[in-house]
Amino acid sequence: MQITRGMRLAEAKDYVAARLGVSTLDLSDPTVMLDVRKEFGLGGILESGEITDVGDPLGIEAKFNIAAVLDVPVNCVSRFRDMASRRRPVQI
Amino acid sequence: MEAKIRTRMGDGALVEMTPSEIRADLEAGTQAGAKRCKAPELSGAELDHLAEIFCSNSRFTGVDIGDEVVLSFDGCGSQDLGTRIHDLQYYEQYLCADSLELYHHDYSYKPAKAVTAFEQVVMRQAQFVTTAPLGYGAMPDLGLYTVPDGPVPNWSELLPLGKIAESRAAQEEAVELAAADIVFVADEMVEAGIEFIDLDTAGAAGDADFLASLLAIERIRARHPDLGIQIGMAGEFVLGMHGELEYDGVRLAGLWPLDQMRLAARAGATIFGPAINVNTGRSIAWNVARTLTIAKPCCEAATIPVHLNGGMGVGGVPMHVTPAGDATCRASRAAVDILRLDGL
Repeated sequence: MQITRGMRLAEAKDYVAARLGVSTLDLSDPTVMLDVRKEFGLGGILESGEITDVGDPLGIEAKFNIAAVLDVPVNCVSRFRDMASRRRPVQI
Repeated sequence: MEAKIRTRMGDGALVEMTPSEIRADLEAGTQAGAKRCKAPELSGAELDHLAEIFCSNSRFTGVDIGDEVVLSFDGCGSQDLGTRIHDLQYYEQYLCADSLELYHHDYSYKPAKAVTAFEQVVMRQAQFVTTAPLGYGAMPDLGLYTVPDGPVPNWSELLPLGKIAESRAAQEEAVELAAADIVFVADEMVEAGIEFIDLDTAGAAGDADFLASLLAIERIRARHPDLGIQIGMAGEFVLGMHGELEYDGVRLAGLWPLDQMRLAARAGATIFGPAINVNTGRSIAWNVARTLTIAKPCCEAATIPVHLNGGMGVGGVPMHVTPAGDATCRASRAAVDILRLDGL
């Protein structure tokens, strides 16, 4: 929210907390945010079998969810979506 | 007899000072900062809080729970362990970076321009496996456009010869070359999927360097309305190597962080990073008090997030290639607590 929307920190925390349905203090609590990130598919610590499993979105997968949950443009998501649907005519 | 507190000097040396000496340095530091940039001194309550931070022998300190700030970085990793993509993953996974920055080892826009196609390949792959906002950064580095590295006469050589007009003309020519290169690289990296572009050490070669940065930001913003644009300064004060350059009617020579931030925001930046220099001959308490005094007007008036540059020799962090964590955490916490920063 800062880097692309230019939000000051307090405003950014309020915005994100509201979108996630948590308090701003919850954003600082890793025990809460572990569950929140899993619920919304926002990615997290890579620890196979302990923290993340095959059903947890990672990397670009998570960024799709971040863009949707926060309603913020994410350039790489737009690019991935465009590239994944791009068809080029075959030159024979 | 007062107990001794282990603290550090601006060059990283470990020393012992009494609480009274630390308090005296805090007061002297804020007085020095206020005098230098004509800003108000820190209040008694703020100095009391800084004294609590610095008059402690604990190895580490941190902000209060709930006061955490965003951590942004310039080039992530040393490019010595694994690939550059691994570097980005390490920063995200192990170092808790809130933003990641891919960079070319020759960390300037002029050399990066020549290898942009290869940077694009790495960037698009890195975007698949990272979650934090990932951008690309380099330095405007206006000096690279001068002979023998570039086509423009070297104004550092012209100035001592008294060739002021020629020196200014050379800087003006370099401004346009640098701005064009920065915009080119930004365009190419946007195509590869970046979330932000970073102009690091803006103003390093003086007011012309800062102008090139501002013009580049303005042009990038016009072309990419949603792109994050981060600018980090090279020093606390814009040197007037040219002396007469202006942006939007404001003369650039002599600007302090408050006005640097205003122009950066006006140009279209989304994050501004002031850089306040460290005096290696003074204690970190002195340096932090001075740093906060100079940065505070900028933070209070900010319309965009302010991420104080904290690193080797800036932001109260000792000028050492591996600044000790005990000093870095104190400088960081002090900055967050007093300035109510948006990030570091």
